[in-house]
Amino acid sequence: MARKLALRDALREAMVEEMRRDESVFLMGEEVAEYDGAYKVSKGMLEEFGAKRVIDTPIAELGFAGIGVGAAMNGLRPIVEFMTWNFAVLAFDQIVNNAAKTLSQSAGNFKCPIVFRGPSGSAGQLAQQHSQTFESWMANVPGLKVISCVDPADAKGLLKSAIRDDDPVCMMESELLYGFEDEVPEEEYLVPIGVAAVRRQGSDVTLVSFNKMMYPTLEAAEELAKEGVEAEVIDLRTIRPIDYQTVVNSVKKTNRLVVIDESWPLAGVSSEIAYAIQKYAFDYLDAPVTRVNAADTSLPYAPTLVEAYLPNAEKIVKAVKEVMYMKA
Amino acid sequence: MDTTANKKKTTSRKSSKSGKSGFGKEMYLSWYELMLRIRKFEERALMMYGQQKIRGFCHVYIGQEAVAAGLESAIRPEDAVVTAYRQHGIALARGCSSDECMAELFGKKTGIVKGKGGSMHFFSAEHRYFGGNGIVGAQIPIGTGIGFAEKYKGTDNLCVTMFGDGAARQGSLHESFNMAMSWKLPVLYIVENNGYAMGTSVKRTSNVTELYKLGQSYDMPGEPVDGMDPAAVHEAVTKAAEHIRSGKGPFLLEMRTYRYKGHSVSDPAKYRTKEEVQEYKERDPIKMIEEATLKESLATEEDLKAIQDKIKQEIADAVKFAEESEFPDPSELWEDNYVQKDYPFIMD
Repeated sequence: MARKLALRDALREAMVEEMRRDESVFLMGEEVAEYDGAYKVSKGMLEEFGAKRVIDTPIAELGFAGIGVGAAMNGLRPIVEFMTWNFAVLAFDQIVNNAAKTLSQSAGNFKCPIVFRGPSGSAGQLAQQHSQTFESWMANVPGLKVISCVDPADAKGLLKSAIRDDDPVCMMESELLYGFEDEVPEEEYLVPIGVAAVRRQGSDVTLVSFNKMMYPTLEAAEELAKEGVEAEVIDLRTIRPIDYQTVVNSVKKTNRLVVIDESWPLAGVSSEIAYAIQKYAFDYLDAPVTRVNAADTSLPYAPTLVEAYLPNAEKIVKAVKEVMYMKA
Repeated sequence: MDTTANKKKTTSRKSSKSGKSGFGKEMYLSWYELMLRIRKFEERALMMYGQQKIRGFCHVYIGQEAVAAGLESAIRPEDAVVTAYRQHGIALARGCSSDECMAELFGKKTGIVKGKGGSMHFFSAEHRYFGGNGIVGAQIPIGTGIGFAEKYKGTDNLCVTMFGDGAARQGSLHESFNMAMSWKLPVLYIVENNGYAMGTSVKRTSNVTELYKLGQSYDMPGEPVDGMDPAAVHEAVTKAAEHIRSGKGPFLLEMRTYRYKGHSVSDPAKYRTKEEVQEYKERDPIKMIEEATLKESLATEEDLKAIQDKIKQEIADAVKFAEESEFPDPSELWEDNYVQKDYPFIMD
């Protein structure tokens, strides 16, 4: 059985179910308790679990991320919410230098089962400092796992897996899509970390994306279908580890690949996918791998500049026509 | 080696015969043994560094031994300890063996963290030692979180969170102090003020040079302590620990101490005078204990000699152990990155 649930409610269900299941799980962050969460993801959780397990912090990202790391090393399973990943930059020392390296530098003496979660990516006209994507930044770091998924059902199952995972996990959500509704099963389930999902079957071209760029990608696929081009659309769901095999299998069938990625182009997720495909599907390619990224600039405020900066269905259709050698 | 020598003492200060400070022979000799172990370990580590048996960064604890000794005798084995990268002495105080610690410096697979951490990163879950951290001040929120977990679990344990005068200027300290005080976390903060953040005198890093006052804007109690005297350290830690265990929240102790050597092996320490170093060496905690125990007839020359011989042998054995151990197999590179056993690493 399934019902329609918004992304924020699906994420909350994941946390609530895991906190009911395991006393060692707790949530901390700015405004998560009395305010019900800056984006209402944690609405009502204070009431159910009390102030011991749903904890409002001062605005001190480095400090509370580090408290989470210490608590994880000492037997708890913290969920640390950042109001946005843009603010998590203040906490990178704890995420990159500590959470990711605890197991290695202690040679297994201490693990760090912690989830850092919050929205990543642009969200309207928020300007330079509030519009960045962090998937490729965090995915560059061994020791971390990175999830980036906004499908409500999958995001719920992935967050549950992340909370149970013994390794540190970064979960990337989306401010714009917290209210986005889709079907979510009623019964208990988990979605494994590191497995992509094929959202649309097709035989002419493979489109790979993740997080909110999935929606212009699916829109572009529908547009292309009107012109007789059937795109296969893959949602990576996890950025570290990446499920290369699903992409390789699809490209072997379609022989063409376009990656849609809100990261900046240099050393982004799209570069990594392009590398893997030239290495493992070189003989199957009928055209160079192409990508549609955010522009290689900071994102300014004005609406025309936002439009120019972000990938959209039109840009994706254009890129697909390029690899199909079709007229634009 | 005799590992029982490294086990924590539950020495009572009530002894049939006690010195001016009120501590008995057993306590004095246990401090003496630990401080001598640390001193001789560090001296040998420097020698081995000179022979290039030890590489990378290496920060020794020589001069600061009284802090480790007085701290360890005053806390419980189940209390947690986390510190910075000048950490060999704290690991030894916690009960990590000279063998494993020396082998770690040599990068051998028998090291305390299998040759993966080196000089800055010893860890031992068994001894509740949460490590040497190489990022200045990073362990301050981590120690706060370790304490948070103890309170969450409802134990009576505390977390000793140690850092230097350099780290005292990091923002992480203020964020941690604020939350620890607001939430009344069981954390004993110890700033080891050895006067210099690498080459920068503490006087040049802030107007506030009395570091025990740093908690005051968060209403955190703090006290200065003579960090060259294990008895003074023991008494201050005992008092602070009682305060913390009573549920009143964290406490800050400023241990006024001194490192005789440079910041690291590559530092000739030209930023301070010979007279200043000499002044502290005259208050050397090991020498002071030798003099005090003999003067107050708490121990005989033979007692001290027996400990000296034991430590000498232990350190020689540790070097031999490290020398004879093997380096980790290259396949170990792929271990301990993830708890997940079948993590799909990118191999090309």
